[in-house]
This record gives sequence, C-alpha cells and structure tokens, in this order.
Amino acid sequence: MNPYEMQRARIVRIYRLTDDVKFFQVRPYMGTEVCELNYRPGQFMMISLPGIGEAPFSISSTPSRPGLYEFCIRKVGRLTEKIFELKENAVIWLRGPYGNGFPVEQMEGHDLLIIMGGLGAAPLRSLLLYALDNRELFGKIYLLHGARTPDDMLFREEFLELMHRDDLVCLLTVDRDDTGRWPAYTGVVTELFRYVKGIDPKNTYAAVCGPPVMYKFVVEKLVELQIPKNQILMTLERRMKCGIGKCGHCAIEYIYTCLDGPVFTYWDVLHMKELI
Amino acid sequence: MRVIKLDKTKLVEYLRSLEEWGEVWGPVRKGEKFVFAKKDPSEFDLTARRTILPPKKFFVPPRFTMFSYRDGRWEEEFDESRRIIFGLHPCDIFGILILDRLFMEHYPDPYYIKRRKNTAILGFSCLPDEKCFCIATNTHSVEEGFDLFFSDVEGEFYLVWVGSSLGDDLTRIREDLFDEDVTEEDIERYIEWRRKRDKMFKTDLDLTGMPEIVEISYKRPIWEKIGEACLSCGSCSMVCPTCNCYNVVDENVFYEERIKRDRHWDSCMFKEYSLVAGGHNFREKRSDRLKLFYTHKLTGFMSQFGKPACVGCGRCVDACPVGINVPNVAKALKGEKVDAIWARGEE
Repeated sequence: MNPYEMQRARIVRIYRLTDDVKFFQVRPYMGTEVCELNYRPGQFMMISLPGIGEAPFSISSTPSRPGLYEFCIRKVGRLTEKIFELKENAVIWLRGPYGNGFPVEQMEGHDLLIIMGGLGAAPLRSLLLYALDNRELFGKIYLLHGARTPDDMLFREEFLELMHRDDLVCLLTVDRDDTGRWPAYTGVVTELFRYVKGIDPKNTYAAVCGPPVMYKFVVEKLVELQIPKNQILMTLERRMKCGIGKCGHCAIEYIYTCLDGPVFTYWDVLHMKELI
Repeated sequence: MRVIKLDKTKLVEYLRSLEEWGEVWGPVRKGEKFVFAKKDPSEFDLTARRTILPPKKFFVPPRFTMFSYRDGRWEEEFDESRRIIFGLHPCDIFGILILDRLFMEHYPDPYYIKRRKNTAILGFSCLPDEKCFCIATNTHSVEEGFDLFFSDVEGEFYLVWVGSSLGDDLTRIREDLFDEDVTEEDIERYIEWRRKRDKMFKTDLDLTGMPEIVEISYKRPIWEKIGEACLSCGSCSMVCPTCNCYNVVDENVFYEERIKRDRHWDSCMFKEYSLVAGGHNFREKRSDRLKLFYTHKLTGFMSQFGKPACVGCGRCVDACPVGINVPNVAKALKGEKVDAIWARGEE
C-alpha cells in the first residue's frame, strides 16, 4: 500500500460561506452506496489537484453523518484558488484521514465548551456536530463563536438555528455589527465567558481553535474556570507536505503535528515550547 | 556473526564480480573531496573519509518522481535498480538505521523501502580525521545495518563481517576468494586496531547531558548570535546523513502529456519551511530554525521513540561556511570555548 496514493472523489455541493470561504461536500468514489467514512472529529485530509499540488485541510463534517466529507476552505493560495474555480461534480483527490483527532471517547460524560474564532470553525464544527449527534453521551454543551462581522461568521445560518435548541447553549458574537440586524452578541469571544454557567470544571473538556492571537486570551479564561490543563484541547495548524510524519515541515521540537497532533492539550503547550 | 577474510589484493576482483547482482558504487575522489560514484572498483579510494553527500542519496534521491498523472489517473513510479554501495563508514550506516525507523516503521514509505531492499550495504572501516566525532555520538562501531563490513586491520587480509542473508549470498558469488580461518593472531590485530583507532580521535566533544542542556537553553541569547551568523543556505541539511525533510511539487511535462509529482530535499533552514497559508510563519527567525535543527540532532526526533539524530560524521563541520555545526553548537551551549565567527567576543 502506498500511503501517498490518492483517492478519487467528486464535489457534490459547494456553498459560499463568506467572501473568501467556501464549503465543499465531497464524496469518495466507492460504489453507489452511502458509506461509513472512518475518521474522527479533529482529523484532517490532504487534498490534491494534479499539476497544482497538495495541502492539508481540516474535516468539518462528522463521521456520524456518513457518505460525505465536508471541507471549509479559504482562498489564500495557489491550490485554494484553483479549488475555488471548481464546479459541482468536479473531481478532486484525497488521502487520509490523518492526525490524532479529538479524544471523543475520553470526552464522553463530560461537559463541553467549544470555542472557535474565524476559520477555527472548520475543525470544531466536526466535534460540535458529533457531540450533537451523540447528545446523550455528553453533559452540558456550550458553543462560543466569534467573528469580525456577521458577514465573516462561518456557518452563521447553521449556528443561528442552534440558538433555538434547548440542549446546548449557543453563544455567537461579532466584533462589530454593520448590519443592524445581528440577533446575537457584540464583542470579543472572551466576553462570552460570563454566560458560561453551571459547568463542572473538573468534569469539562474545552476545545479551542482560532487565529494565533485568540489562544492566549481564551486559555486564560479557561484556566480561571479551573478546567484541568490536560482537558483544554486545541487544534493547531502547520505546513505539511506528507501528513504521515516524513516530510518534516510540521515538526515542533521532537514531535510531528501530523502524527502527534493536530489536537494538543494546554499541558502540551506549556511543556513544548513552540506550539503556540 | 559469520566473520571471514579476504586477501586485500583480491578486493577489486571481488567487487567486480558483484556487478552480476547490481551496479557497484563506491567512494572516488572529486577534487579535494570524495563522492559515491558508479565506477570500476579499481578507482575506489579506500582512504576516503566522508563523502560530500551521505548515502541517503541512494534511498531518498535529491529529487525523484513519486507519481505521474495521465488520462485521469495517478501511476506510481519506482526506481527498480539494484545497487551495491561499497565503502560506507559506521557513521553512515548508523544514519541509514535512523532513516529506516523514520521511513519504514510508521506509514511505511514504499519509495524508500523499494530502494532500500534493492541496495546492498558494504561497510568499510575507517580512521578518524580532525572533523570526526563519532566517538562522542557512540557511532564509531557498527554491529548491524550492513550486508558486509570490511575491517581493514593491518596485515594482508580484510576481516569481513557478514551481517545479513543477502551479505552471505554475496560472499558466495566468489566463495573461492574468502578464507574462513580467522586466527588468534587476526583477532588480536583487530583488537589492537580498534585501540589505535579510538586513540586517534582529536575531538574533545562530550555530548553527555545534551538533551537537558538544549531543553533549558531554549531562550538563551546564544541562539540569536548563531542566528545572526547563519546564512540560511541549507548546506548542513543537505549533507547531514539523517536530515530527511522534503518538499513535494507538481510539474507539467507538456511534451509527454503528463503531470509529475516530484519530491525533493528541503531544509528547515529555509525561510518558507514553516510558512502556512495566509502568510503566518512559525519560524520567521533564523535562530528559531536553528533551534529546530539542533533539537533534532542533539535531543531527539520522531516522537517518543526518537533519539538524537547526530551520527558524528563531521559533514556539517565541513560544509558550514560560518562554523555552525554540531560540535561548535554543543560546546557553545555548554559554555566551552568555540572558534567560530559568531563566538568571538565571548571571552
């Protein structure tokens, strides 16, 4: 078996999420049946276009909804520009899933705080949907999501719908509401912590993903809440050329983000010097 | 291990006979240096110290094609040649053993494995020069990782250690040239040769405790000094027997109506190495890039099972134009005197 070998897949649907982020539903060619895709929330895949190249992308869908992989892709470089030009039904190439993903079995029976900013929604939506699909396995669930403006909020409509559910607390905020019609909070994501009530900190897992600046402030809040450091999870981004611990680019000290991550704990961060 | 003897005057004849198994490569002189080349064995230079590039070039060539894409399909491309590499020194064999773990254990890499299985490793003993420090990394003697190993002890014979089933097959190609009778005198000569070799090391490098020293030194200003001198040329990574980083690029070959996906050597010394989409660079500064390199060489790599990846070959000593190399960096971190442009004004 060649671990670099790609699997042919077809783009089923494309949605525009924001000006520079699109959402892709992708279905591997595996016969006509809807198939179970064997991955964990927090894992990633390598996506390729022949002649352009290959790069790692977080999986935004949950394995509890079989048949499709979903990716949330921002147009930032050569490969993503080409991916943006693709239409529904186009062929793309996948390999993976890779990485450790979230320790969902260990997280069962705990309260969950899912905190996302910007493109951090891409990997954390997978965890959120997984927890909602297996609702009875988890305690309280809080979603805290921050964006610059309502237009910049990924999965805005999907998450606004969640505000009506009574089995999770969905806290959405924007730095600035330029529409005048924003139905949720205004301010930075850390301000949402005042609405986090009634969790049992020792029995809580927090998952954080967002721009590098976000971690420091969010982690401070989580430590204040007395959530154990090894239960504060974060998923990190690095350059990768292989996804399987060979090419070296994602090395942080002596570990590899693609094998030992991309999900790390705050304890790992304190103990490894270059994580965030 | 089976140990036999080969008359020194028969070496060339023996190596020539191996051409029936595969291409025979060995160290030849190139200017003032040495390279592994495919030549007639009579041209092999047995006095060769380190070659410019380590033998990793046989297993992960500087650039090679992984896949070709044509007519909507990807096809794997493999190098099927069989090669015999003669003249590898213990440090280089240790380097290969380290690459074996990286490429063969977790997600086995078929490109590496195919080349590795098609390559016979014929080690050759050596005496250290002033740049060798394999005695400090404890990689100056090998017990595994070779098919045959030739020890050049004084006298008329090489002692030949048969390290694998393939090695055994290779000796049987010209069984008539070997002598099974290793005498008491030969053994004494070998022990004496080892003693003499160990005394020849000029290095005073002591790497004891380096992992902890690197760990505690993370924020020390010395890294900035070294970083200011570093040229980011990547020579250290290219010549290092255990540096394995690579980049992957697609290239259109229009006249063949195919696209090829190539893999080529990369270096953590290059600025783009840790650059991600959107422009964030996790290792913008040269000092940050040096820290990664030296963590891998002096502390460990490859997750929990990794050991320091330096094998003491001295190539970085040879290659770096500004004296940034394993002995100098290790000594500087230990507060010992270093003769390098970046260490001046320290006293």
